Amino acid sequence: MTAPAGNGALAGNGPGPARQVRITDTTLRDGSHAMSHQFTEDQVRATVHALDGAGVEVIEVTHGDGLGGSSFNYGFSLTDEIKLISAATEEARQAKIAVLLVPGIGTMADLQRARDAGASVARIATHCTEADVSIQHFGIARDLGMETVGFLMMAHRTSPAELARQARIMADAGAQCVYCVDSAGALLLADAQERIKAILAEVGGDAQVGFHGHQNLALGVANSVLAYQNGALQIDGSLCGLGAGAGNSPTEVLAATFDRLGVATGVDVQGALAAADEIVKPFLPRLPWTDRASIVQGYAGVYSSFLLHAEHAAQRYGVPVHDILQRVAQHGYVGGQEDMLIDVALQLVREREADSAPA
Amino acid sequence: MTRTVAAIVGPGNIGTDLLAKLNRSENINVVYMVGVVESEGLARARKLGMAASAGGVDWLLRQDPLPEIVFEATSARAHLANAPRYAEAGIRAIDLTPAHVGPMVCPPVNMPEHLDAPNVSMITCGGQATIPIVRAVSRVAPVPYAEIVASVASRSAGPGTRANIDEFTHTTAGAVESVGGAARGKAIIILNPVEPPMIMRDTIFCAIPADADTGAIAESVHAMVAEVQRYVPGYRLRADPQFDPPQPGWQGTARVAVFLEVRGNGDYLPEYAGNLDIMTAAAARVGELVASATGAVA
Repeated sequence: MTAPAGNGALAGNGPGPARQVRITDTTLRDGSHAMSHQFTEDQVRATVHALDGAGVEVIEVTHGDGLGGSSFNYGFSLTDEIKLISAATEEARQAKIAVLLVPGIGTMADLQRARDAGASVARIATHCTEADVSIQHFGIARDLGMETVGFLMMAHRTSPAELARQARIMADAGAQCVYCVDSAGALLLADAQERIKAILAEVGGDAQVGFHGHQNLALGVANSVLAYQNGALQIDGSLCGLGAGAGNSPTEVLAATFDRLGVATGVDVQGALAAADEIVKPFLPRLPWTDRASIVQGYAGVYSSFLLHAEHAAQRYGVPVHDILQRVAQHGYVGGQEDMLIDVALQLVREREADSAPA
Repeated sequence: MTRTVAAIVGPGNIGTDLLAKLNRSENINVVYMVGVVESEGLARARKLGMAASAGGVDWLLRQDPLPEIVFEATSARAHLANAPRYAEAGIRAIDLTPAHVGPMVCPPVNMPEHLDAPNVSMITCGGQATIPIVRAVSRVAPVPYAEIVASVASRSAGPGTRANIDEFTHTTAGAVESVGGAARGKAIIILNPVEPPMIMRDTIFCAIPADADTGAIAESVHAMVAEVQRYVPGYRLRADPQFDPPQPGWQGTARVAVFLEVRGNGDYLPEYAGNLDIMTAAAARVGELVASATGAVA
């Protein structure tokens, strides 16, 4: 194999030596945001079946905000995620089922339930500067015999050097791969490259490096290619780009692009195209799109998952969604603070009323 | 009026902030500050004229007079070891650690029920901030489900919290039920590293019947906020309670959302650390309530 220098072996998770980069599909996790967490078991089964058949090796299935995310704050799941994980596990012939866990939202008990339902990859996510809250969860994931991935979210919010220090915390805690996660779709080419390089230099001997991109500035795929060229061995995508904000790097575009670059992903391009076009596209309420609000997210560095919640608050309180998102950027809110979107909308209403009050 | 003799065990940031609050108390006299190693906190306490020692609980239990109340600001492990010794010596323990040996208390919610308890637990910071609101709603309408979101500045989340963040979610969710009065509780905590540090924020969502009396709920929430402000002046509503009619996925219930800001008093801890301040302020309040109840009996 021709993995770039500095990387360990592929952690025993690949079927053959031919694969040079592993694509993890998160249609059924990050895509859950765009679906307002309304996935049905049938949709999950059909999507897993298609992805599995196309050779995708890891399929993530969880509420968009991770295990335990079903809530007033993030939106209640239509179908219990544990039921969806079970269904996905039944459907997959070769693929591993992954789950996301955000400490502070989900707990180790949730991870145990997901493991019992058949999940075998634990992806533990923290804000990019808060890796130390994940240490106990990596320990449990390893005790449960799960493959582990660390997810450093909102990676644009810190320097490459600090991101690398945080990656070291996760690797030492038991992460077999650490991702640079561009949750806001805000990383501009070199920004992504530098972060991948820095993480690889720090943990390359102990863990792989991954990249998770969003399309808010339409750079998800380009950043993913750069990430691979700088040593990343795991890349996230979603069918039809289904995901938060303007969506994720589309799995089918990643498959096609890497194929044209001569980089083996193990994913059948035609199979991925068919999965996107024939299975996922028909059930989408709307296609991910770089509209005004999602571009503002990439431009100002706002957590992509805030989009639909900002739209709801904008509608409820009659204020512009992009104004809410712009204000959220000024306050520096991080993933998980969806409640602040309502708070900001209320603040905007107060300011408008103060402006229009008679002198 | 004779003030009740008290000790603080754990001379760190929390213990020092608690001392500042208790030194303003009319009925508590903190005489002892106790650590297990020499520290700045012990030095500060000595400067204030207190008897301070790195001799641990062994030292404390040799003092005359013994304290009537001890505030534990160490760690869960330390309190589990110390609690039986306090109990044996007849010392009331107010526990700020996650050990949860005694009943969980929130001053304006359930303190009268536990005035005689030998040991009480201060729950969690998020619990102290949000459970009064859950109770404010549940005392006027059934709450089948309540969910709280606590956002705190990264700098105010200490190593203990970080090493066991699940403890926060489990404990707080449980107390939202058992103390707050919700049939089912959920708790979420978010750490935000933004600079300058954000002031603690808390959001409380309660499911309520579609025909609940929103006026009564709003009035109850405002009254409860005023109660908490008696010991946490920086506790305030960001907006009036927000009511939303039933929506798909809410199982037929409506929702009230309450948005809070908790600004600390800046006694020793910085103002943004409202999460730590509300713990020390609530513990001090519990101490005063216990002391005045004891005084009334004596």
